Amino acid sequence: MSTTVATADALGTTVPAAARAGTPVVHDATGFSIPASHNAIIRWNVYIAFAAMGIAVIHGLAQALSYAGIDILGWFPGLKTYYQGLTIHGVFNAIVLTFAFTNGFLSLTTARGLGRPVNGPLLYAAFGSLVLGIALASWAMFTGRASVLYTSYAPLQAHWAYYLGLVFMVVSTWITSANLFVTLHAWRKDNPGQRIPLLAFVSVATYAMWDLASIGIAIEFVAFLLPWAFGLTDGVDPLLTRSLFWFSGHPIVYFWLLPTYVSWYLMVPRHAGGKLISDALTRIVFVLFVLLSTPTGFHHQFTDPGISAGMKMVHLVMTFGVFFPSVITAFSVASALEIGGRRRGGGRLIGWFFKLPWSEPALAAQLLAMLVFILGGVTGLINASYSMNQVVHNTTWVPGHFHMTVGTAVLLTFMGITYWMIPMLKGKELWSRKLAVAQAWIYFIGVLVFARGMISGGLEGLPRRTYFAAATYGKESWDLAGVWTGVGGTLMFVGAMLFLVILVLTVFAGRKKEGQDVPFTETIQPPAPGGWETRLDRIGFWVLVGAILVAIAYGPYLIQAIPPHLSVPGFKLF
Amino acid sequence: MHIHKYEKAVLAVTGALLLGFLAALFYSAFAMDIHVHSHVESIDPANVRTTPPFDQPGVREVAPGRYEAVIIGQAWSYTPNEIRVPAGAQVTFIATSTDVLHGFAIEGTRVNMMLVPGQVSRATYTFDEPGEHLLICHEFCGLGHHMMYGKVIVE
Repeated sequence: MSTTVATADALGTTVPAAARAGTPVVHDATGFSIPASHNAIIRWNVYIAFAAMGIAVIHGLAQALSYAGIDILGWFPGLKTYYQGLTIHGVFNAIVLTFAFTNGFLSLTTARGLGRPVNGPLLYAAFGSLVLGIALASWAMFTGRASVLYTSYAPLQAHWAYYLGLVFMVVSTWITSANLFVTLHAWRKDNPGQRIPLLAFVSVATYAMWDLASIGIAIEFVAFLLPWAFGLTDGVDPLLTRSLFWFSGHPIVYFWLLPTYVSWYLMVPRHAGGKLISDALTRIVFVLFVLLSTPTGFHHQFTDPGISAGMKMVHLVMTFGVFFPSVITAFSVASALEIGGRRRGGGRLIGWFFKLPWSEPALAAQLLAMLVFILGGVTGLINASYSMNQVVHNTTWVPGHFHMTVGTAVLLTFMGITYWMIPMLKGKELWSRKLAVAQAWIYFIGVLVFARGMISGGLEGLPRRTYFAAATYGKESWDLAGVWTGVGGTLMFVGAMLFLVILVLTVFAGRKKEGQDVPFTETIQPPAPGGWETRLDRIGFWVLVGAILVAIAYGPYLIQAIPPHLSVPGFKLF
Repeated sequence: MHIHKYEKAVLAVTGALLLGFLAALFYSAFAMDIHVHSHVESIDPANVRTTPPFDQPGVREVAPGRYEAVIIGQAWSYTPNEIRVPAGAQVTFIATSTDVLHGFAIEGTRVNMMLVPGQVSRATYTFDEPGEHLLICHEFCGLGHHMMYGKVIVE
């Protein structure tokens, strides 16, 4: 597996010897191989992720066209309502796709970063839990027993199988997390006093962040929604369950984004022929996400009654805080790309950007993802801006925003990763590099057109989550926004379907090519062998500090909200 | 750790930018009195229609030029679903839900809030110009969600 290893030094930058001593497995892939059974599980995680996306985007097309006033729901056999399809769209994209892909991808990067396989039984258990969860929730959703949308707001009440299915999906991420920690622990025993290799550090830190963040929905589902759906309790407190949802519902955004950052920091520079500059700054960014991701959820509830303005302001400040590491990321990744572009003869100011190897599908998809993420980040900051939120809350502005973040920055990056990962795991070549690049561009153009529609419609008050083609009200200024949305959504659909074609043909018809490795970069400034920087590696400690911040941000609300004051029975209005 | 001067610069500029944004938001909240709707008042959702002020939904003038609009949201309509106020009226909307979550957004204004069963929502807005505004349910509330709307007519 060492054929691509030598190129790291072909870049011409002098690498201090300490870099090699500190991160022993970066350069040397000899002796590292993934057991065949692990390889299969990781691949199947990716297949399930994109199969879910394939099903989800078919209804996505119907939603985009619905905003243009075109109703194609009649063409969906077995689909009872628009909202049934919208529920599947949300659950399959936001949860199944992201959990499945991340469980596979970060198990691989941890194994490669540490130069040792992850724990087999835990890898199988996580996969089993995910499949069981998907089966349960799918049954409930496809039979119309759970058309509550992925936010699962009580007191709309879904079938218990839906809630239980989502629980098993979250459990699969916890098992994966346990696996990564077990693997890291074993590595530390064999390498006392060594810095954790960066690739493994960022992978494990991602799961550590999510372990803390997922406590909210764990309590919501296990303590409240499941017993209520089973008929063991009479009711729930809708504001409490909603708040617990957003406790996890905002940081889940970072559980989608951090695997993306793993690739942007460590793999994209390699694709571009550049190098990541700072090891320490990268670790600091991931530690900041562990600390700041979770105490932010009330910015999704700025317009809610029952939560004081003071609490909302605390979360406002924290949300702006968590924007900080994302801006550092933009700088670090851009400078790594600049090194690559200038090596290829690009000019100083922006010429380097156009000299990047745009014909490399894995890179092209991720560069386009980054460009869209600039718009996604800016619109997100507006959402979080307290009083400004009143202008856009629950309008199509919001899906306009998150189709540029999770729906493009993350999805197009996952596609870019797949363009090297599946060929590597299958020992094959990508089926068509040109079509893969074209696919990324089609999706990119599609989302820009789509978001133009959704963003402008939102500013005019066009409501989200609405079967607009059948709505009994309307406004003239929404018409053009709907057309942009419909056209853009159609292009996104075509881009997503092309990706599936390339994936399937790579698996079945790709030419053989053995000996591929995980493409990741080293850092120009290596990890320090001693000093304060070594404290960055204490992931457990940072989770603990994060938990204290969560207690400060949520404690005053939760102390008065639990035990619940209200018992509202379930409504099945779907 | 060696931090490059460009890195230092970008950290400083980013920090300053975010602090500037926050300062603007706090200025708008405290100096200009633009707040989010954060009314804290609970209500028994099973007895909304017998609990004042929801036992008498509708608009009433509480002081010269000042109005209260008491509105109940339920699947899939508002009670009342049309209100009329004169131009220049300062209207405080008091609303809640009898069943599931609903939205309460008056298009063209910054009245945009959630109706959560068990909680009373309040928002105040002054309608300067005559005209018609849609009152839209923008949170999914079941099968008929896209049919749930009302009107605010400013005369």
